[in-house]
Amino acid sequence: MADFLINTLGLPAWLAWSITAMVAAVLILNVIAGGALAFIWAERKIAGRIQDRLGPTRTGGKFGWLQSLADGIKLLAKEDLMPDGADGMLFRIAPYVSFCASFCAFIAFPFAFDFIGQRLNVGVFFVIAVLGLEVFGVILAGYASASKWSLFGAMREAAQVVSYEVPLGMCVVVPVMLAGSMDLVTIAEKQGGWFTSWFLFHDPFTFVVFWIYVTCAIASVNRAPFDLAEAESELVAGFHTEYSGLRWSYFFMAEYGSMFLVSALAAILFMGGWNGPVPVASILGLSEGTSDTANYFVRLLGMVNLLGKATLGVLAMMWIRWTLPRLRIDQVMATCLKYCTPLAAAMFLGAMLWQIALPGGLVPGLRRPAAEIREGWLPGPGGAARSVGEDAGAVVKVGA
Amino acid sequence: MMPYVATAFFAAPLPLAFINWHSFFFFLFAAVACGFAVAVVAADNVVRMAFYLVLSLGATAGLFFLAGAEFVGAMQLMIYVGGTLVLLVFGVMLTAQAPFVSIKGNGRDRVVAGVVGIVLLAVLLQAALSVTSWRQPAAGIVAEPAATPIGMALVGVRVDEPGVGAPARNVRPGYVLPFEIVSIHLLVVLVGAAYLARAKRRKTPRAIEVAASVEPPASVAEHAAIGRDRSRGASVLSGGR
Repeated sequence: MADFLINTLGLPAWLAWSITAMVAAVLILNVIAGGALAFIWAERKIAGRIQDRLGPTRTGGKFGWLQSLADGIKLLAKEDLMPDGADGMLFRIAPYVSFCASFCAFIAFPFAFDFIGQRLNVGVFFVIAVLGLEVFGVILAGYASASKWSLFGAMREAAQVVSYEVPLGMCVVVPVMLAGSMDLVTIAEKQGGWFTSWFLFHDPFTFVVFWIYVTCAIASVNRAPFDLAEAESELVAGFHTEYSGLRWSYFFMAEYGSMFLVSALAAILFMGGWNGPVPVASILGLSEGTSDTANYFVRLLGMVNLLGKATLGVLAMMWIRWTLPRLRIDQVMATCLKYCTPLAAAMFLGAMLWQIALPGGLVPGLRRPAAEIREGWLPGPGGAARSVGEDAGAVVKVGA
Repeated sequence: MMPYVATAFFAAPLPLAFINWHSFFFFLFAAVACGFAVAVVAADNVVRMAFYLVLSLGATAGLFFLAGAEFVGAMQLMIYVGGTLVLLVFGVMLTAQAPFVSIKGNGRDRVVAGVVGIVLLAVLLQAALSVTSWRQPAAGIVAEPAATPIGMALVGVRVDEPGVGAPARNVRPGYVLPFEIVSIHLLVVLVGAAYLARAKRRKTPRAIEVAASVEPPASVAEHAAIGRDRSRGASVLSGGR
């Protein structure tokens, strides 16, 4: 896009790059904000149906689909309160910290082959690292509110997130190992074709790992049944007890953004990313690289695929939230340390051994082996240079 | 890096269009990092200090990303910024009882710390400025695929420095030994931490046993039985002490 602006429109380079960056940022922002708007409505409807209610029905027509917008306007109009004893600066900044972490993780996240803010060759690692920073906002909010409820919520959140990062990391390592790369684009590309080549169905171990990932992801984004940080029945509203108005809604945008992100990450790591269950594009005869229009169509289709899978993930999270009761803190810890971590470790080992024993899969020919050739396996001078060059992909074009 | 970046930045003629944006972002991140590093020292609230430290370290990660070292940048975020989380939690726990507990060093401490800091800064500045061969990259910054060679080197294959014409088996060993040493070290630390933080054995089971032997109501006897089993199990685990 920057090239287009420079070459076709004749804009100076700095302006072109700035505009490109702005467009990417605004798009990502809208994914989060629009997603939150839609998901909050969906959550209300789903919660209603699960509890044998109707959910919102009146605002904006038949299904109450303008309910989130009405809520947003209400939140905008609300007074921005701050408790007397609060640490003003930290109290004000905490929601933005949460939101920034959620936003930053999207920067390196590919929505389709080339629809990505900035392709990083350590994409998974970056996303996991940045997503873990969301808890800073929660802790700052809990501390700065000068309220016991908030503090308890924040402390629970800290313990929970720090613990669940361990099994989550182990689960993420398995697809990384199968793809031989930490680049999210590469990982998704390796699962192209039919749904049988998804890492979810790669072997029994990855299938189990996927469910551990789901558990840990729900815990790490602080959703029920792991929503101890805001347990309404015990802590009023946990870490955001003292917040109102727009700042409060920033926490929620961050939460829904993170939910969407971990779901989309699950889609990329285990469910083929932007490759649909059926390779529609290649059946239609459109493949990457034939023409610009075909490229665009394929990528658009890929984005629809990915967003669809991520939305399914989010809806499943809502379903779980309104079905299961909240765990106690010791049960949360036990789930993490006694079950998820050892299971994830064992499955990691199993997937590794499977890869060694059956590199071609159970039924040869049904699916491409995912990791038969890896970047940098050939230590010869030519091999290393070639694979490294191909893997580069991410060229940071900074500077005029 | 300083001399090159400085000249590149200030030598750029002004209209805005010709500013070297790499240098601009370098200065932006550097200013954030240094500014909040000073703020860490200047602040007197532990939680605020930790928060400033997070911002400073985050800006440092930004510098790494700017230099194209994505793996190191992500590492910085994961280990340093994420690690500060624990610091923050401790800060919160320490000051939760009386909010806004301020930490003010006395004058002598400040002088000593200032001298040490200035000396360290001088050494670092001297080391940085004495390098005359900072090179200007030919065309922008091209990101090296940093993760794969590092990962391969950690498992023992140096793909980044292949011996010229060397057979495949004769590659350099990479970082296997340091990696293993660090792993064992971390394992020992983990075991040690678990040992130190383990639940202490309680003295009560014996008292309950005595009570139970005198007059055993059913529930107390049950308790005692459980207590005996627990204490026996624990003593086996902790080496019979």
